[in-house]
Amino acid sequence: MSPPIPFYRNVRVLAWLAQVTFALGVVGLGWLLLSTMLGNLQKQGLPISFAFLPQPAGFGISEGLPFQPSQSYLTAFGVGVVNTLRAAVTGIILATLLGIGTGVARLSHNWLLERLATLYVETFRNVPLLLWLVFTYAAIRDTLPRLREGPALLWGTVLMSNRGIALAWPQTSATYHAFQPWLLAGLGVGLGVWGWMTFRRRGAASQRRALGCSLAVCVALWTSGFLWTWMTTHLPPVVWSVPHIAGFNYQGGIVLSPEFAALLFGLVVYTASFIAEIVRAGILAVPKGQGEAARALGLSDRQTFVLIIFPQALRVIIPPLINQYLNLTKNSSLAIAVGYPDLFSIGLTINNQTGQAIPFVVMIMVTYLSMSLLTSWILNLLNRRLALKTR
Amino acid sequence: MLRRHVCLAVVACTVLCTTIALAQTTLETVKSRGKLVCGVNTGLAGFATVGPDGKWYGFDVDYCRALAAAIFNDADKVEFRPLTAQARFTALQAKEIDVLSRNTTWTLSRDTSLGLNFAVILFYDGQGLMVPAKTQVKSATNLDGATICVQSGTTTELNLADYFRRLQIKFTPVVFETIDQTYAAYDSGRCDAVTSDVSQLLAQKTTLKQPNDHVVLADVMSKEPLGPAVRHGDDQWLDIIKWVAFGLIQAEEFGVTSKNIGSFADTKDPNIRRFLGAEGGLGTMLGLSDDFMARVMRLVGNYGELFERHLQPLHLARGVNNLWTQGGLLYAPPFR
Repeated sequence: MSPPIPFYRNVRVLAWLAQVTFALGVVGLGWLLLSTMLGNLQKQGLPISFAFLPQPAGFGISEGLPFQPSQSYLTAFGVGVVNTLRAAVTGIILATLLGIGTGVARLSHNWLLERLATLYVETFRNVPLLLWLVFTYAAIRDTLPRLREGPALLWGTVLMSNRGIALAWPQTSATYHAFQPWLLAGLGVGLGVWGWMTFRRRGAASQRRALGCSLAVCVALWTSGFLWTWMTTHLPPVVWSVPHIAGFNYQGGIVLSPEFAALLFGLVVYTASFIAEIVRAGILAVPKGQGEAARALGLSDRQTFVLIIFPQALRVIIPPLINQYLNLTKNSSLAIAVGYPDLFSIGLTINNQTGQAIPFVVMIMVTYLSMSLLTSWILNLLNRRLALKTR
Repeated sequence: MLRRHVCLAVVACTVLCTTIALAQTTLETVKSRGKLVCGVNTGLAGFATVGPDGKWYGFDVDYCRALAAAIFNDADKVEFRPLTAQARFTALQAKEIDVLSRNTTWTLSRDTSLGLNFAVILFYDGQGLMVPAKTQVKSATNLDGATICVQSGTTTELNLADYFRRLQIKFTPVVFETIDQTYAAYDSGRCDAVTSDVSQLLAQKTTLKQPNDHVVLADVMSKEPLGPAVRHGDDQWLDIIKWVAFGLIQAEEFGVTSKNIGSFADTKDPNIRRFLGAEGGLGTMLGLSDDFMARVMRLVGNYGELFERHLQPLHLARGVNNLWTQGGLLYAPPFR
């Protein structure tokens, strides 16, 4: 029997010790930096505190949820979060659609389509996003006509100028409350029909029929309710709010501001150029034999793509796609360059008014972190569902 | 690999600790560096702009040059750090700059919760509104429902909201990060009005496409006392900042200019002799040389000269920014 190994020659103990030392070093350095910072802030008379949050903000916000300067800093921050989410969610949806379209177009046999898609990808992928944002905003601001000189399109339902695009938008009227029961009834009955039909019979064909039937019942109830309210009260429960110019700005309808438009356009075209490459790579990663086999079974080109190629390509596409979604969300903080009041822009203003830089950074970081973690969590769930099941 | 990281960490630690240990006064830091680092505007006609020769010009810029003249006897020993409204306070707190000379409004909350010390008021300003002349807007009360361009991170943003709340009229602010963006948006018609300090409005008006098509309204929404600011915690530096500024004003009161400074070499007036350092040892008390104000006069000039050089061309009247003897608000405590 060999003598026991001393601990300083035991590889396992040494590895463990090295890790503990390293961890202690990291914690120590962090503590040193933190205490230095806190000490210096204390010396300058700037203690860290979140006490400013319920104080009235005192500044206005150009768009988003209704906000008054007398509301608190916390509410202002919330308005910023919602504005960021608005840009991120719309951006992700549009970028995905554009990206998939372009990615597929790059593999098209149509020479012109393929070249155009390549040109688009190479142009937008290789220029910094900030440049696109500033350029787009300047283009909207300086080339679109002024408020009163702007054109009215589609019988006055769309107004355009460098104040934004105003669209006609449905709006509830005074008789909406009479229509509301019909709305709920349609929803309830539709759901009931769907549940009953799917419970009675299983299988893809009958499921499709169940969905069709329930939708038909729902829409029928809504339409009759709408007409009934209109007939009895002589006022439709939902009316079009048509935009018009009154005073200094557009009134009525819904207004897409140039700041939001520039941010959305920049984020979408930039991110979509990356998504297009991911989609192209994903499609090319599906073995050729899959398409050939599908065609040998008599599937059409469209069926081959939708049923065989794309679902398999998705497995390759989704993980890098998550990255792009996260990038888009984080890149939306460049909104400050075009005057869109996102979370970062409003946060900076709050920081500037209150001087609480550390709480501000912490709040911003936590918000972006939770948004990113939430996005990747949702998409990872999807990824797990789509992953190849092996037994 | 690991060893290198640990080594780096140790070096970083050491550097950090020594910097904490060797806390110098700001004056010592500036002297050992050989130049003053001064935070100025990113570009505001009359206050801080880069000329065609690549040098900085303007009222705020000349104040920094006066400081450099007082410390180094060389007005060019200044490094100008252009800062946005958002970045300015953090830059000062983080010791990136020695002094902030960037048309900054003195308010109570900035003086306290931002950890700043405002030395002196060098320019008395007020916030106004500029509108296109053809809109027939005569006063702020006509602006109900208007869109107003404003720069972020300024007191302007708050005054605007306060003023319109008081008038009980609605407005939509569109907030930009830089002055250029703010006025470009206004000029293109994105906003119905733009708001800022009156001096800035007049300065920026000259840069618009058709300067004569715009008017600055008579409404003044607020008091905007502008002046240089420093960090909390170095009283000697604050004194220097303060007394060089007072010196500019006092020189005008004495009638000492950059042109006639030579003629005061053998003056009999004891006040002027003390002021220029011939007697009294005032400079030494500040930690500077006794002739610090004589240097400033030789190399930069007095308050009136700065005003004439940079602000007169913008058609800015002296108004309250005149000596107390001329009915203005400029009043320097005695140099004794």
